[in-house]
Amino acid sequence: MGMAVSIDIRDEAADAGRLAAAVGEVVDWLRWVDATFSTYDEASQVRRIDRAELTVGDAAPEVAEILALGERYRIDTGGYFDVRAGGPLDPSGVVKGWSVERASELLLAAGFPDHAVNAGGDVRLRGAPAPGRRWRVGVAHPHVRDGLAAVVQMGDGAVATSGTAERGPHVVDPHTGRPALELASVTVVGASLVAADAYATAALAMGLAALPWLDRLAGQEAYVVDAAGDSWWTAGFPLADPDGS
Amino acid sequence: MKRVLAVVAGTVAGLAALLSYKSGPVRRANPLALGATPAQPGVTPGPAQPVTTAPPAAGGSGSQGQGSGGGGQPAPPAPPTTAAPSAAGGSQVVTGPDVPNQYGDVQVQLTLQGGKIIDVTPLQMPVDRSRSAYISQVAGPMLRTEVIQAQSANIDIISGATYTSQSYAQSVQAALDQARH
Repeated sequence: MGMAVSIDIRDEAADAGRLAAAVGEVVDWLRWVDATFSTYDEASQVRRIDRAELTVGDAAPEVAEILALGERYRIDTGGYFDVRAGGPLDPSGVVKGWSVERASELLLAAGFPDHAVNAGGDVRLRGAPAPGRRWRVGVAHPHVRDGLAAVVQMGDGAVATSGTAERGPHVVDPHTGRPALELASVTVVGASLVAADAYATAALAMGLAALPWLDRLAGQEAYVVDAAGDSWWTAGFPLADPDGS
Repeated sequence: MKRVLAVVAGTVAGLAALLSYKSGPVRRANPLALGATPAQPGVTPGPAQPVTTAPPAAGGSGSQGQGSGGGGQPAPPAPPTTAAPSAAGGSQVVTGPDVPNQYGDVQVQLTLQGGKIIDVTPLQMPVDRSRSAYISQVAGPMLRTEVIQAQSANIDIISGATYTSQSYAQSVQAALDQARH
């Protein structure tokens, strides 16, 4: 899956050299992640493991970490989130959130506590966009081009949106093998982007059955737009005040 | 407020363009009607023009499209801002600085109206190598969308499939595959 990652650093007075160094560090990290976990690059460790040319034990230790995360969320979602669903090993769903979490930590360590990292619509936020203000995150409307379904207002945390527009109409319920078409998009807000992304992806595959499931998820809030365009959200979902304050 | 926007494109990553811009005092709230059902589309900014060429976006605000920034590598800081406002039917056109990065130079032009960015046009994007051209095509639309949407609803960032429609993702993948062979 090709995707773009944007890094948005807010700093009143940072000098260009320090900014460039921090961003460069993140870019180097993401490139390493790409080279290691790419499912398109036949030379990546993930592809070599899939072809049984490399064992997990001989791979970079991060590979075992990712596979363990994938397994944890497979169990956690009753199998709806599965890095091995549909054939070849594809841990992209875990790698994305995990690599962005690490990118955010790198920026923090480099002295930039206020930033947002957006990987293909999955966002990790830290600090604040400006003094005294919280981040405002627009949730793309699955049925309206350039439209928003909702606006989230929050401080540190993650926002992941999984939708049929993003993943194509071929999201499949791994239990039935049938396409999951009941929901158009699922947005999950929580502390970890890995968890938010896994839950959003799983919920999309579950269809309408995801609504009570999302409601019971501890530490996560969700906003769902179904195929008909109706929307639904958990009681604690951090909807912004519409007036922009 | 200095704001840096870096875009990375690839399977998971790969550097594309880096530019920074000043986000200014003009942030107009366009209240979203958030209702129960159906959720209202809050924003439909401007004509959503299909993007074929690639505008990486530099934001900017009212009076100045200020930018500076280097690449993720030892790229020198950007040349000074050239703000070239020109009034045309109430709108203002602002030219950003030429921002170098590893893949080439990036320069954009903003069209503002009522203090809001209504369009972002690329003046320069890396085109000299296949991968650069690919990145330009990915980063441009993404940044343009981010900038315009963010302006429109007083928001900082977008979650969701804003630039990855299936056909778009397919063409991206095709470009990626080509770039790798």
